[in-house]
Amino acid sequence: MKYFHLVWAALMRRKTRTIFTVVSVLAAFLLFGMLDSVRTAFADAGNRVSGASQLITMNKLGLGSQLPLSMQSQIERVPGVQAVTHIDWFGGIYQDPKNFFPNMAVGSNIFAVTRDVTLPPEQLQAFQTTQDGAVVGAALAKKFGWKIGDKIPLEATIWPKKDGSNTWTFTLVGIFHANKAGDVNAESQMLFRWKYFDEARQFGKGSVGWYQEQIASPDQAERIARAIDAISANSDHETKTETANAFASSFISQFANISLIVSGIMAAVFFTLILLTGNTMAQAVRERIPELAVLKTIGFSNRSVLSLVLAEAVFLVVIGGVLGMLLAMAVVGGLKAKMGNTLPMANVAGSIWGEAIVLMLVIGVIVGVLPALRGMRLKIVDALAGR
Amino acid sequence: MKKFLRGLLLVVILIVCLAIWSFLPWYGAVAAAVILALWLVLTRAGRRTLSVTGVGLATLPSRWGASSVIVIGIAGVVGVLVALLAMGEGLSATLRGTGNDATAIVLRAGSKAEANSVLMHNQVVLIGQTAGVARDAQGHPMASPELLLAASLPKKSGQDANVSVRGVGSAAWAVRPEMKMVAGREFTPGTLELDVGKGVAAQFAGMTVGSTVQLANQRWKVVGVFDSGDAFNSEIWADRDTIAPIYHRGASSSSVTVKLTSPAALNQFKAALAADPQLKVDAETTHKYFADQSGGINKLIHVLGTVIATIMGIGAVFGALNSMYAAVATRSREIATLRAVGFRGTPVVVSVLLETMLLALAGGVLGAFVAWALFGHFTASTTAGGGFSFTQMVFQFRVTPQLVWNGLKWALAIGFIGGLFPAVRAARLPVTTALQEL
Repeated sequence: MKYFHLVWAALMRRKTRTIFTVVSVLAAFLLFGMLDSVRTAFADAGNRVSGASQLITMNKLGLGSQLPLSMQSQIERVPGVQAVTHIDWFGGIYQDPKNFFPNMAVGSNIFAVTRDVTLPPEQLQAFQTTQDGAVVGAALAKKFGWKIGDKIPLEATIWPKKDGSNTWTFTLVGIFHANKAGDVNAESQMLFRWKYFDEARQFGKGSVGWYQEQIASPDQAERIARAIDAISANSDHETKTETANAFASSFISQFANISLIVSGIMAAVFFTLILLTGNTMAQAVRERIPELAVLKTIGFSNRSVLSLVLAEAVFLVVIGGVLGMLLAMAVVGGLKAKMGNTLPMANVAGSIWGEAIVLMLVIGVIVGVLPALRGMRLKIVDALAGR
Repeated sequence: MKKFLRGLLLVVILIVCLAIWSFLPWYGAVAAAVILALWLVLTRAGRRTLSVTGVGLATLPSRWGASSVIVIGIAGVVGVLVALLAMGEGLSATLRGTGNDATAIVLRAGSKAEANSVLMHNQVVLIGQTAGVARDAQGHPMASPELLLAASLPKKSGQDANVSVRGVGSAAWAVRPEMKMVAGREFTPGTLELDVGKGVAAQFAGMTVGSTVQLANQRWKVVGVFDSGDAFNSEIWADRDTIAPIYHRGASSSSVTVKLTSPAALNQFKAALAADPQLKVDAETTHKYFADQSGGINKLIHVLGTVIATIMGIGAVFGALNSMYAAVATRSREIATLRAVGFRGTPVVVSVLLETMLLALAGGVLGAFVAWALFGHFTASTTAGGGFSFTQMVFQFRVTPQLVWNGLKWALAIGFIGGLFPAVRAARLPVTTALQEL
């Protein structure tokens, strides 16, 4: 640390070059911060703590195939299952298809099964007693300016009403909040009573889309899933049960191999960056050969010259990297504030910063090592003579 | 103050040039290149520029490290840009290429996507008899009631994924003459036989002619592979009347695809459907239906690709600036000598710019080539299809000439920005100080 002023002086020797290189590094880490935030958001969706102790049971034929309501009581009797609810995807549109948000018909005990959100007790009471009652997440209520007591019309895409009309109107009786701060996805849904939905729909009466179970302990997930699937084995409605996490992971992996795309782009970016910064460092050392020789003459050891140049390279990358990550934090924060629930981006924090710091150090060493070795190996006499 | 104004002027010129450049079609760029070539060969100043550029290029090998920074840096930008856009282009081309204006698809009113739609048997019959529907040689309406289902099957990678299974009526093949069997034959109605699309055959395990597939507790035999060149390649086809009871769908269908007597008959067909009180349905040409399904995702990929390329491009510009400033610095004595013996500023500026842009062009070509080599024939799949089926859609990346040209435009723009400032510095270098240096 006591030689810091030497490193600083070396970087300030050609200010323009240092600034240009820092901006290149900054651009690379800005991109890293943003892309890794997307990757993390998708990875987290399949990795929730609550998702390990929740099971999802659906028709083995796939989503879109229904299950009979009669399975509800059979699943309740499986040992280890604490609560079961049944859900139907409604897929309704509010005003414009662009306003997409998940909306589902759910059993009235839904809040005993999902542990991601909390509804105030009196609103829960209202939800359980109001026939056409609906509850929405706080983020969604804020987005559309809904208040309790509002009538919310949804245009059905799958389920017409008995009279053939597509417009369903619900009364807003509650607004729930996510238990984990910043969990916008959990707060961007609309839930309403399955019973009301079942009585009013034109077809499919008495069938449900899927069951969701809360289990006592994640360790038993495997056993309980097999027990639930055994209920309908060899019937005409065999089921497939898996944890909510496994379901989310497989859903995302079918959408796209996000981590492969992100790593591909970042490999191209960092490869270019190493070449670029490496070239800058080589230039910088080449110009300073006589100065390094002077340092050696006045008693600097080979090793201190090596570490001086390495430190310079690492410091150069870290300055640009930290600036880039700070910018990424600001950009992601700004985008999330503006776009809300539709944006799959995690906050640039903890693990993303950790990865970035490791990358900065590694890249710094890679780009510094060859010039540093050159500086270390130079012979004082030759260097001073300009050979 | 003067220096500041000059810098400002330079930035304004740069912005104007870039704005023109981004809207320039390829023939405009070719014309500009021809004019430049003529100027280089025919005028005195041009010939001088050419000789200065020749000297610059001759010294390139001695600066290969710095030059390769420009080439590789720009290759990275162009490669990522072209690969991402090729993905969006491939996906939307598949959907846009599906359907035509001579066939129409009928869905339950408001359902927007086949997977959401349910039509009852009596409605299906009525739709077939509506005015505007073409009839075949025997006088039967050319209307195919189709039931869209989803099945979870193992991919070649070992993971299970959802695939669309379409139960079709006997008119399905006649309604879509573009469907070609590439192996085997069409399934026999009334049997547990399947035909699979080319995309399904490529992505899912055990989809060759003669193999059996487990669908809804039944063993089905694959008897053919078809290629339609569009979204149907991601589907498995079976007889509607056989598969519907197995999936407990009774006599219902998802949609009816009909052949119109002519593309102009659409309005007549729609009016006739609307006039029937027993029908609450929406009709659209199949072309429009599939094009609508692609809208959002291609736009998303386009925005994403441009944002990523812009950030990478900023990095590459500064890399190029660094390299070219260094190049100008090492050649400052040589440039000053030229100026001393009477060369004007223009040849110097143009030659440095030319050199940077040639390097940039090389980078652009390299990047586009790598993107084409890696992804030109790359097949991928994603979740597609509106509604709640979330089945896989197989598509091929498309590295089109338009995309490559787009990438080269980016490369040349980056080269221009990276070369302009060093070039101006080279031309403005005071001759005496430059000659005194060392």
